[in-house]
Amino acid sequence: MNAFFGLIHHDLRLAARQGGDIGLVLGFFVLAVILFPFGVGPEPELLRRIAAGIIWVAALLAAVLSLDRLFAGDHADGGLDLIALSAMPLELAVLAKGAAHWLTTGLPLVVVSPVLALFVDLDPRALPVLVLGLLLGTPAMSLIGAIAAALSLGARRPGVLMTLIILPLYLPPLIFGTAAVEASLSAEGARAHLLLLAALSLAALPLAPFAAAAALRQALD
Amino acid sequence: MLSSLANPARFMRISGVARPWLGGGSLVVLALGLAWSLLLAPPDYQQGESVRIMFIHVPAAWMALSVYLFVAIASAVALVWRHPLAEIAAQAAAPIGAAFTLICLATGSLWGRPMWGTWWVWDARLTSVLVLFFLYLGYIALVNAFDDASRGGRAGSLLALVGIVNLPIIKFSVDWWNTLHQPASVLRLGGPTIAVSMLIPLLVMALGFALLFGWLLLLRMRTALNERKARALRLYGMPAAGGEESGQPGPAARPAWR
Repeated sequence: MNAFFGLIHHDLRLAARQGGDIGLVLGFFVLAVILFPFGVGPEPELLRRIAAGIIWVAALLAAVLSLDRLFAGDHADGGLDLIALSAMPLELAVLAKGAAHWLTTGLPLVVVSPVLALFVDLDPRALPVLVLGLLLGTPAMSLIGAIAAALSLGARRPGVLMTLIILPLYLPPLIFGTAAVEASLSAEGARAHLLLLAALSLAALPLAPFAAAAALRQALD
Repeated sequence: MLSSLANPARFMRISGVARPWLGGGSLVVLALGLAWSLLLAPPDYQQGESVRIMFIHVPAAWMALSVYLFVAIASAVALVWRHPLAEIAAQAAAPIGAAFTLICLATGSLWGRPMWGTWWVWDARLTSVLVLFFLYLGYIALVNAFDDASRGGRAGSLLALVGIVNLPIIKFSVDWWNTLHQPASVLRLGGPTIAVSMLIPLLVMALGFALLFGWLLLLRMRTALNERKARALRLYGMPAAGGEESGQPGPAARPAWR
């Protein structure tokens, strides 16, 4: 367990000292959201109608953008080989990596999302559901993203490839996340959608590390 | 029985015998099915003649799902038993499955225009089949993304297994959500609700599509095996040309025979 938290600590410290990565992801998130009013026009009714979708799509793209640094850095400097050789199961290492990735991208995205909700004129009553949905959905995105990052490790054009293989897998959180915001404004209530989002993250928590660890093993062979 | 086929040499021999039969069979059955479904089957009382699109659309959709299942099972076999032929089978099947998925999407769109009044709706069934198409594309892209072909094969196998979560979603999407796409009318509890005069040509078409898949699969697998053989010959078979006495194949050795 010490190794597990040590790895998280190591990744967090790297992210804090380099700093640029978190800023890049957040900057992309903000810019992507701000582009929409220019693209679809500044009418508040229209923006309010699609606000949740804009924020979710931008968060998803920002998460994809950050995935390549999940394993690529450690792979390049050989650290990944040492992690694989250590006594800690590789699945646990993947889980630590995923947790660090969520803390450095998912969580900051959740934190700035209320500010961005103002820009796109999201209905204030829906704001708690949007934030809660992102909070429940982003862990699944980090965990599923770890599979794609591990699979495309060492590929010729990892960025494009990763986007292609990850987007189909990211659709469920996107669908339930935006549906939760829609439902919170109707009589239906967001509970069912939020539960499904939580279920996605909880299912990815034990399953994704196995798939990602298997992918890492064959990448390191 | 399948494991006895797993020897590549034996596979080449048996598939060489089976190939013309599968090819001829699929052409005959498809010709019969097309004539039956396009000319002889009755027009639908509501949809009129455009129901005939269904005879292509439905078998293509079945094949799109079945081929993905095939790719996933072959990938599992390749990962667990490390058998090269299973990997070749999965890689050979994926583009065929992608083509079936594209046919399914295109014919569905053509049918949707007169029937639903729109080329495309974002309903659960249509969306999940589109996702299946992207899964195929992702698999093909991943397999071809590495300089080391065996690495691409194993990464692709893992992705195929991960993507299998989408199959039940497609199959049951019309039951779980209220979709514009109609629910299943052939494979359902309580027997088919489709008229026998349409069911039989539909099944004939499905058999034709399945035979066509088998034929194309054997063709592509044999090509892949021959390609590997040719590559091995090029790398190891001519010791003098590259000047590499250790027998270690280097990338530099390649252009000499290109």
